[in-house]
Amino acid sequence: MNYQLNHLRELESESIFILREVAAQFENPVLMFSGGKDSILMVHLAKKAFFPGKIPFPLLHIDTGHNFPETIEYRDSLVEETGARLIVGSVQDSIDEGVQVEEQGINASRNGLQTNVLLASLEKGKFDAALGGARRDEEKARAKERFFSHRDEFGQWDPKNQRPELWNLFNGKKRFGEHFRIFPISNWTELDVWQYLALEEVRLPNLYFAHKRKVFERDGTLLADCDYIEKRPGEVVKEMTVRCRTIGDMTCTGVWLSKAETIGDIIEEVATTRMTERGGRTDDKRSETSMEDRKKLGYF
Amino acid sequence: MSLTDEIKKELDNTELLRFTTAGSVDDGKSTLIGRLLYDSKSIYQDQYEAMEASSLRRGEEGVNLALLTDGLKAEREQGITIDVAYRYFSTPKRKFIIADTPGHIQYTRNMVTGASTANVALVLIDARHGVVEQTKRHAIIASLLQIPHLVVCINKMDLVDFREEDYLKIKEDFEKFASRLEVKDLHFVPMSALLGDNVVDRSENMDWYEGSTLLYYLENVHIGSDHNFIDCRFPVQYVIRPNTDEYHDYRGYAGRIAGGVFKKGDEVMMLPSGFTSKIKAIDTIEGEIEEAFPPMSVTLLLEDDVDVSRGDMIVRVNNKPNNTQDVEAMICWFGETPLQEKGKYALLHTTQDTRCMVKEVRYKLDINTLHRNLEEKTIKMNDIARVVIRTTKPVFIDEYRQNRITGSVILVDEATNNTVGAGMII
Repeated sequence: MNYQLNHLRELESESIFILREVAAQFENPVLMFSGGKDSILMVHLAKKAFFPGKIPFPLLHIDTGHNFPETIEYRDSLVEETGARLIVGSVQDSIDEGVQVEEQGINASRNGLQTNVLLASLEKGKFDAALGGARRDEEKARAKERFFSHRDEFGQWDPKNQRPELWNLFNGKKRFGEHFRIFPISNWTELDVWQYLALEEVRLPNLYFAHKRKVFERDGTLLADCDYIEKRPGEVVKEMTVRCRTIGDMTCTGVWLSKAETIGDIIEEVATTRMTERGGRTDDKRSETSMEDRKKLGYF
Repeated sequence: MSLTDEIKKELDNTELLRFTTAGSVDDGKSTLIGRLLYDSKSIYQDQYEAMEASSLRRGEEGVNLALLTDGLKAEREQGITIDVAYRYFSTPKRKFIIADTPGHIQYTRNMVTGASTANVALVLIDARHGVVEQTKRHAIIASLLQIPHLVVCINKMDLVDFREEDYLKIKEDFEKFASRLEVKDLHFVPMSALLGDNVVDRSENMDWYEGSTLLYYLENVHIGSDHNFIDCRFPVQYVIRPNTDEYHDYRGYAGRIAGGVFKKGDEVMMLPSGFTSKIKAIDTIEGEIEEAFPPMSVTLLLEDDVDVSRGDMIVRVNNKPNNTQDVEAMICWFGETPLQEKGKYALLHTTQDTRCMVKEVRYKLDINTLHRNLEEKTIKMNDIARVVIRTTKPVFIDEYRQNRITGSVILVDEATNNTVGAGMII
């Protein structure tokens, strides 16, 4: 007998270990669910970790109001299927209540506004651990992130003062009012996620597969035409066959020209592509360290 | 063949290899990683373009591959690596996780962190300078942390005109020094990370070298025996009790195998209670499996209704860990306040969370020379010392050299909750 796990099974085992550690160490964890493939993977792994029990924490969706409608449909069907409890934090509500002010101008986005709503939702639910599907290969500031990432009472990340993580030992100790962000799939790459989702035959939102959509080009990125984006003069809307590589707000998620109709096509595309996954995310391009800056304030 | 079958087939032989690199500002560590990623085609076009633009802004010649690994603002500004950064690349044979750590003495704790889970350690030597204090420090840390394989990368060979004598001299010096360490598998590669010689592609400038390139080594080194498959250890992590009609009496002990191979029907003992029972089933969502081995996460079901909870350990009746309150360990100190002799700390070991007192500092280890300083009792950040610890309740430990999971502990400051020490049990 050859006692060897292939790399996906080893990653799976590591993630399940982290998920169980969270359930054991924290009183009131929550899983941040965006509707993207990484959070779908998280839900799938959580089902495995606690089988035959139910997932022992609710899902939290920060709804910017600028979602692709397909995302919401998928979210609701997943909630029904798993029997998980869903909590929605609404950016629109926080704007309506006058807590926050909408960004103005052509490139206006609600990306930054999510942070406050997220922090308010965590505080309101008294959550002491927020599970997220961020991966270290996504972005250079995330490459420095821990599995158990400590946040102070303002929800802030201090990258220079992170707790060391060794072996299988995760220190989730904290003071009252502080919380942890926890990233069980830190070590997965984009290709790992796709291969695993294919292997496990996980159902995915249609947005990930090639479909016809009205789009226009801005600064080299194709954006979906929708009511939330004000177009500049000269930006022409055309119908093209595209798909999403990541799913975020319609205002900042670029779509890609693609013919990938199956998960197998996607794997082939990912394996041969020359652009990073977040290359289509205009929210990352605002400056060289825009992810680090946002993370320090409490972003995902 | 269906897609799932195709992926399964492709995955049959793809192992995960974790390696760590330690190096200082100047010995080309970031360039080496950049080279591995670039030559194995793991750098994307937009990343490359961003680096190109950044290099140009800094007024540097050519593309600075080091910019790829230095992610934090302060690191990019100062041109140094402060924290552990994780990088990923894969080849058809293996998937690699790099823990990239800074090499300066003030970052010993980061090196220890990166080394704790590594299968392979890369130690870089600048061919112009040979074995220096820092080289020794990195090798000592790799040996203390029991990294099974050590690769000495003799870099910047281009700056010594690719001379074999220079390589051989450094190799001999290192071997002489390493004979005092516990290194099981030692390997040398002469290279130029800047020019790409012997990193991924064979060097045309060093035809006297007949060994493998660095990537070939990383793809082929045998890591199948890096886990302990002999001594059965299952730290109970979480108890699964669904309380549904369908699973009314279900009581599953969830955890990750830390050592040995557990099989259905095995007679097992619970620690600390000492009760025995048999494994009724090894459960997963896909159904029951016959056996489980490290590092699998599984759920064990027992024949008898015994009281087991998080922090307990399931072992084989005739092969038990040391059940004790006295722990002797080499400890690397991480805390800003020095280690307090007679000081009390929280201690985490496997899934146990207990308290302890550091009874005695036996000696401080000079990590440049291996000298044991019996007089020095003040252990500050980045120091390594041998200590005697007394825990408030029994822990189930093995020697670190036998098992890196059941042989390691961390100490936590109870006032700040910071992780202040990492210990390897002797």
